[in-house]
Amino acid sequence: MSLSTSDSATWVGATSAGARGANRGSRSGAPLLEVTDLSVTFTPREAPAVAAVDGVSFTVDEGEVVGLVGESGCGKSVTSLAIMGLLPRRGVQVGGRAVFAGQDLLTLGDAALRDIRGREIAMIFQDPLSSLNPVVPIGVQVAEVLVRHRKLDRAQARRESAELLERVGIPDPQRRLREYPHQLSGGMRQRALIAMAVACQPRLLIADEPTTALDVTIQAQTLDLLKDLVRSSGTALIMITHDLGVVAGMCDTVNVLYAGRVVETAERVPLFANPYHPYTVGLLGSIPRLDRARGDRLTPIPGSVRDQLPWPEGCAFAPRCDRRTDACIGRPPQLTRVVVPPRTHRCVNPVVPAPATLEEVS
Amino acid sequence: MIRLILRRLLQLIPTLFGLSLLLFIWLHRLPGGPETAILGERGTPELREAVRRSLGLDQPLWVQYGRFVGRLVTGDLGVSIQTHRSVWTEFGERFPGTVELTIVAMVIAVSVGIPLGYLAARRRGTWLDTLAVGGSLFGICIPIFFLAYMLRLVLSIELGWFPATGRQSVGINATRVTGFFVLDGLLTREWDAAWDALWHLILPGIALASIPLAIITRMTRASVLEVLGEDYVRTAEAKGLTARVIRQRHVLRNALLPVVTTIGLLTGGLLSGAVLTETVFAFNGIGHFVAAAIPARDYPVLMGFIMIIALIYVLVNLLVDISYTIIDPRVRVR
Amino acid sequence: MSVLSPGRKVEKLDRLAELAAASADGRGVSLWREAARRLRRNPSAIAGAVILGIFVLIAAIGPFFVPYGPTETIGVANGEVRPAAGIIPGPSAEHWLGYDHLGRDEFSRMVVGARQTLLVGVVATLIGMTVGCLIGGIAGAAHGLGGRWGRRVDTVLMRIVDMMLALPSLLLAISIAALLGPSLATVMIAVGAIAVPIFARLLRGSMIAQANAEYVLAATALGVRKRRIALGHILPNSLAPVLVQMTLTLATAIIEAAALSFLGLGNPDPSTPEWGKMLSDAQRYLEISPGLAIYPAIAIIITAFGFTLLGEAMREALDPKLRA
Repeated sequence: MSLSTSDSATWVGATSAGARGANRGSRSGAPLLEVTDLSVTFTPREAPAVAAVDGVSFTVDEGEVVGLVGESGCGKSVTSLAIMGLLPRRGVQVGGRAVFAGQDLLTLGDAALRDIRGREIAMIFQDPLSSLNPVVPIGVQVAEVLVRHRKLDRAQARRESAELLERVGIPDPQRRLREYPHQLSGGMRQRALIAMAVACQPRLLIADEPTTALDVTIQAQTLDLLKDLVRSSGTALIMITHDLGVVAGMCDTVNVLYAGRVVETAERVPLFANPYHPYTVGLLGSIPRLDRARGDRLTPIPGSVRDQLPWPEGCAFAPRCDRRTDACIGRPPQLTRVVVPPRTHRCVNPVVPAPATLEEVS
Repeated sequence: MIRLILRRLLQLIPTLFGLSLLLFIWLHRLPGGPETAILGERGTPELREAVRRSLGLDQPLWVQYGRFVGRLVTGDLGVSIQTHRSVWTEFGERFPGTVELTIVAMVIAVSVGIPLGYLAARRRGTWLDTLAVGGSLFGICIPIFFLAYMLRLVLSIELGWFPATGRQSVGINATRVTGFFVLDGLLTREWDAAWDALWHLILPGIALASIPLAIITRMTRASVLEVLGEDYVRTAEAKGLTARVIRQRHVLRNALLPVVTTIGLLTGGLLSGAVLTETVFAFNGIGHFVAAAIPARDYPVLMGFIMIIALIYVLVNLLVDISYTIIDPRVRVR
Repeated sequence: MSVLSPGRKVEKLDRLAELAAASADGRGVSLWREAARRLRRNPSAIAGAVILGIFVLIAAIGPFFVPYGPTETIGVANGEVRPAAGIIPGPSAEHWLGYDHLGRDEFSRMVVGARQTLLVGVVATLIGMTVGCLIGGIAGAAHGLGGRWGRRVDTVLMRIVDMMLALPSLLLAISIAALLGPSLATVMIAVGAIAVPIFARLLRGSMIAQANAEYVLAATALGVRKRRIALGHILPNSLAPVLVQMTLTLATAIIEAAALSFLGLGNPDPSTPEWGKMLSDAQRYLEISPGLAIYPAIAIIITAFGFTLLGEAMREALDPKLRA
């Protein structure tokens, strides 16, 4: 998906009227989900510990669509798994807070988590084929969520499952109820998983790379479906992806992750129009664009994800950054918060220091 | 579906043919010549010559083979050298006992092995896991007949908790209906007879179950471990389903698939283990009979046993194959 | 490249293919080294190796240090052993494990028996491995290289193997032993025969899996000759599971040999002691002297356990899925 500056301007005009997320000021109360300083460290038996997530903070308001963007290995999936409590207990240490509707999810016990999962917070994963139980019919896999959380009986659950399948755009739902995952196409499987996720009308939906495993033509349909469902029901959505095109089409707020930390947070338009962090600039710069001349070369970010400094020793992105200064190495850059427009970045030498007031935060 | 069954049955035929051919060659190569199959190692040279002629050994090999197959197909397995009764009759009398023993052993192996394997997988790395893994490796290393000895010595002879020999205690008058003593007792409502027969099955059952138990535990553990790492289990957790639903519908239904096939394949091992176990307990089943047939060079019995076991094994494999298409929907729709 | 003559071009291609295969399957060399490293740290592997080491040591040099000969019926000669009267003395100062039912020193017999037991196990396993790998190797190679004819050969060979598998192992051994008559060689052949179909399927399966691996596709695309691929790449990479199976087969071979002895099909020669035979001979005197059965049984169990531990540890160490 390509994006040009003139496009983003049009987007602003088109969406601000209807989109819930743009009207920040009018929302009252605390954020739906507030993640503070989340850290996840893996301690395998014969290898050194790995800090997959190293102090990630972000918030999600009611009805907002928040993007978590980054390359593979930046910790975005692990973040979502940690929030849901789906990480294994052995060999994993989770720190920080994830407060959802007043409760810190990271401190909840198993029973409480089971009540919340599927009902208040739901999740869909990347590979729809492996995410479905191959020996259980689709109808049962949808109905079981209804039976568990809304206490429906089997007949009611079956009726509602058919309705759900229809709502997500699966044709001939009655027949599909009895079919098995391998009998459905990739796109339909993901729709079925979406149906299972929205069955109990959760307040928050987490989508972890939901379209990465799908054909390009199906990707757009699936994303439209998600957008539709989320807007019409007021569900908040965390969209985890490495694809900036997806982000541009859907997200109200974007968090860019690198090496386990958030390096930039901004609303969609300002981010795409004026990225501050060199990494974000690099990401945007490396997207092929329709409005450029033919034969133009692509501009990748030099180096690779492996060329990174550990955060305590300085900025992890420094080895690949063309705006590197002496201040970047030695101590980790802190988050800098801009008040108007509201955004943060973790860089001592950002690309366009905003004219608005700068305020150093934590 | 029926077509599948028919196709598999047809595939059976060349295997059975091959087996019968191998058996035929085996009979011919017995020390002393094929007449040994009838006379054993006795008889004057003239008698042996007469038997040879009556067997048609002057005829070309393929004719002999044809007659052999003909006899097999009509169920004529010859006459036991030891008892002079037809092999078929002898087997008929003793088969139920071995079947009861095999069933008891399988029940023990499955009802202990599957939960143990499951728990070991769930509590990976704990003492239970180490015990299960180590114990199952150890269990394979114990010779069955030694285990049978020790069980009998300690629990029967020393402690007297269980009967030491046979299928039924002396002095219990039981009516025979089917030959399955426990079943008979139940059918004729002679509860003490049924109970007594069951009691006789326990020690040999435990000894016989040791190896299948070890194998089932290991297989279940490995299978559950693999399933636990699958994405659909993570999806089930993300849906907030109860631990029980996840275990029954998502974990076990997938994990037990390979275990079920293994159970089918283990029956063969059970039947051969029965040979050893029945001998130790003087349990009157086929195994004991065959074990006695070996030193007696009772070849008709041996051959009959081999043929029957091979047949059972092949049929069981077929059943396992077919059941797999029933329980695994991925295989079904083709 | 155009400068090279055709002959040298082929050589260069071969070398390129080797390099490509080695680096694509980069772990070609480090598989063994990594496996060895993992084994060294694995406690059950160490335990298994220690048990084996002790066993081999006893088998090798033990017989030189025993206090009595394994066939000297001292106990009968001096009247201490009277099985008919139910007297077989147990452990004492002069006879650490007591006498056996024929008045021989049990301890000496146990030590000397280690050698024969090891011999039976090793030979049986070698027989099974050689014949099995031959069949499996031919089947696998035929399947991959022979085209339509090759696949037929493979099918026929595998049908034969399946028939061998149709009989439970003990019965297979019994039928072969019945054919050959009781002797030491019979035991080794019969027990070896049990392992033949296992090795055959193993090697064939491994070779076919390797043949479908991507590095083979790469080598073929580079023009490396099929025979070279088969012998130089597929075969070495298929050997790991064979090694694992050899160790495990050794464990079960000893037990199955004991079972054959129990049924009377073992070596009838009473002179050389062998644990399996000692175990089966002891059954008659179980109530008088259970030790006579327990000592060889425990020895068999521990040895088999040692082999099994090592074999299982090897399987885990060589499992490519477990690589970090």
